[in-house]
Amino acid sequence: MTSKENGSKLLNLTDIWIEGQSNGQWTPLVRGVNLSLHRGEVLGLIGESGAGKSTLGLAAMGFTRDGCRFSGGSVRFNDVDLLKTSEAEKRRLRGRSIAYVAQSAAASFNPAHRLISQHCEMPVKHGVMSRDDAARDGMELYRRMRLPNPTEIGFRYPHQVSGGQLQRAMTAMAMSCRPDLIIFDEPTTALDVTTQIEVLRAIRRIVTDFNTAAIYISHDLAVVAQMADRIKVLLRGEEVEEAETRTMLSQPKEDYTKSLWAVRSYARDVRPPLAVDKPALLQVAGVTASYGSHDVLTDISFDVHPARTVAVVGESGSGKSTIARVITGLLRPRIGQVLLDGKTLLAHYRDRNREELRQVQMIYQMADTALNPKLRLREIIGRPAEMYLGLKGKQLQERIRALLRMIELEPDKFLDRLPSELSGGQKQRVGIARALAAEPKLIICDEVTSALDQIVAEGVLKLLDRLQAELGLSYVFITHDLATVRAIADDVIVMQKGRVVEQGMKEDVFQPPHHPYTARLLASVPQMDPDWLTRSLEKFTDSLDSPQ
Amino acid sequence: MTTVLILYAALSIAAAICASWLFRRVLVRFSPGNLSEEFATAPLSACFGMLVILIYVLVAALAPLLAPYEPDHIVGGEFLPWSTMHLLGTDNLGRDMLSRLVYGARNTVSIAFLSTAIAFIAGTSLGLLAATVGGWLDQALSRFIDVIITIPGLVFSLLLLTVFGTSISILILVIAVIDSSRVFRLARAVAIDVVAMDYIEAARLRGETLWRLITREILPNATAPLVAEFGLRFCFVFLAISALSFLGVGIQPPTADWGSMVRENAALITFGDITPLLPAGCIAVLTVAVNFVVDWMLHRASGLKE
Repeated sequence: MTSKENGSKLLNLTDIWIEGQSNGQWTPLVRGVNLSLHRGEVLGLIGESGAGKSTLGLAAMGFTRDGCRFSGGSVRFNDVDLLKTSEAEKRRLRGRSIAYVAQSAAASFNPAHRLISQHCEMPVKHGVMSRDDAARDGMELYRRMRLPNPTEIGFRYPHQVSGGQLQRAMTAMAMSCRPDLIIFDEPTTALDVTTQIEVLRAIRRIVTDFNTAAIYISHDLAVVAQMADRIKVLLRGEEVEEAETRTMLSQPKEDYTKSLWAVRSYARDVRPPLAVDKPALLQVAGVTASYGSHDVLTDISFDVHPARTVAVVGESGSGKSTIARVITGLLRPRIGQVLLDGKTLLAHYRDRNREELRQVQMIYQMADTALNPKLRLREIIGRPAEMYLGLKGKQLQERIRALLRMIELEPDKFLDRLPSELSGGQKQRVGIARALAAEPKLIICDEVTSALDQIVAEGVLKLLDRLQAELGLSYVFITHDLATVRAIADDVIVMQKGRVVEQGMKEDVFQPPHHPYTARLLASVPQMDPDWLTRSLEKFTDSLDSPQ
Repeated sequence: MTTVLILYAALSIAAAICASWLFRRVLVRFSPGNLSEEFATAPLSACFGMLVILIYVLVAALAPLLAPYEPDHIVGGEFLPWSTMHLLGTDNLGRDMLSRLVYGARNTVSIAFLSTAIAFIAGTSLGLLAATVGGWLDQALSRFIDVIITIPGLVFSLLLLTVFGTSISILILVIAVIDSSRVFRLARAVAIDVVAMDYIEAARLRGETLWRLITREILPNATAPLVAEFGLRFCFVFLAISALSFLGVGIQPPTADWGSMVRENAALITFGDITPLLPAGCIAVLTVAVNFVVDWMLHRASGLKE
């Protein structure tokens, strides 16, 4: 199935136009993009959400989502025009010659069937292999994907393996017919950094081994830099530029590309170290908390000082969000307490007085569920100001306008909008404004940028930073993204399995010597260097080879 | 004979469409800005529904003016056929059928509306309360409601009506209590999904009162399914009242009521006379009309745009 003659064009998309229907009107989503791919070559597609990356990726299979249509151009795969061939012919190619790996493996597997039987479906259907051969081959692929127990793991159901393992199983499944082309649509976006590196490594190895061509879609530049030979940058459905990976990284031509690159280097000015005698704003003192009989936090202690940012870092399941629940009073700690301004906060939020509630505000990860969809911004932002500060009438309206200006949204345009009429970044800004409206001393930010694109995320971080400087706020910043921590934290707490493994000033934590876990976290963050994955794999092969 | 029937059916459907279309024009013309836009995009079925409801309301309100006779006066022989004197003939006691139909609108519709409204206010507030507060209150309320639901509705209402007597206010309350248990279940189920959202957590942490939490944060996000349920319940209440009246424990004679009118004149059907079916038809038309309007409101609330 693999080709010897490198250099022949495998895929050729010329002047592709794709339109999508919204409110009865057809608007172009992809505008005249050209794309070509040689055998065994990996092309990276990057851009913000809405740039048309996924639409273009699917177009390479001659497919559009419901409500979309091709309105121009041609898709030639192996000299077959996919836009002109019959549905039956396309079906013959899909799965066998072109495979697709989706972002959410959990949503793409059928939960009712074992992995291996889903794996064997395509080869058997396309008549490539018999059921038994396909199963044997599946185990071989699982081994190549470095899944633990490759001979047994196939007999598990999707919910019985971890997210990273499932993503690797899906890549193995895509490989089952040894396709000429695989389309990876953000395969690691939903994973933790430490899991991501394992999946990336497995994907890269198998793509090289079988000389498979691939289109790798991601909004994470550093990830694309590891995987792709060439990179194409998209913006609002149009191509910005395309170049070899190394050229693209070292000398981007267009301003937009440069701005994408610059996001990653954003860092706040270093603040002077803290005066020792200053009292802490918030103290978390020896907190142990549990859900039922299971301890999720064990003996956590840290201080948050006025106008400083404490970042809490860890993988999912490390208990970092539970800290927020304890501080806000949603979860009673089993042992220990939380002090605000030297005074003990009662364990449950209902027992706290209004003033104490006002001082600690929260910003959520999913702005979609954090804003009431039936209320207008006027009320969402105005309510805390009305409630805590007793503002009324004209004063209140003035305050709402001031808050909107503070988060850089034009009051006249946005006052009477519903959350559904905002973009993701704007929603998150409204979440910030709601927290600010209470005029708090401390804001807990729970993964506030992880659902956002890099450029939008950078805007939100800059905003938070500016507000901190202007209003003297303290932040507890919960995140799994070390780049964010580097950008804005003063102090860092590294958590694993409900325990603090390392804590201190950012400079100290990020300087060697590291705790092994911190070292692993740091080493797992993709760098903007195309050789990073190769190097880090050599260095960490031993520690990463152990099954999770 | 069949061709004539088909012709009649086609004519009345055409008339209904024309009337709804005209009604929409009137609504668009005479309602203020925002509302006018809403009406302009309303489907014909919804306009038909609104028109029918309006007619029913007018008939109920103006019953004394519209009815040619008093509803409980005996004005002629028993079971007189349709004539110019008695447009729809007379019933088993010699009372004018048309007058009783008109007064029946007043009694049946208002009782149905009142009991549905009470059922909704009680069921929704308890359901939202249970979902919001949770814990033992939720357990206690839910299990109590479970007990009510396990008893078949008709049997339970028969029992309650026998115990408490068959006055109109008791009838309304009994139907409301039984129906509110169904509304409670729906309201609680919808609200539990809403309560899990981060914005509710944010409102709780803000220190909002229970009242505000329920009315401003939860209720607006639970209205769509509740409105749909209202349409359905309203029809069921209608049927329940008719059934109870038919069994003799609902609205008591000589008060005119569509359910009991069917029962009283049922004998006529044997002679091929469709008069006894007219009150049933009135119920059917109103049921359809209400559901047309509810469908439209649901469509708007859910934001489904084709």
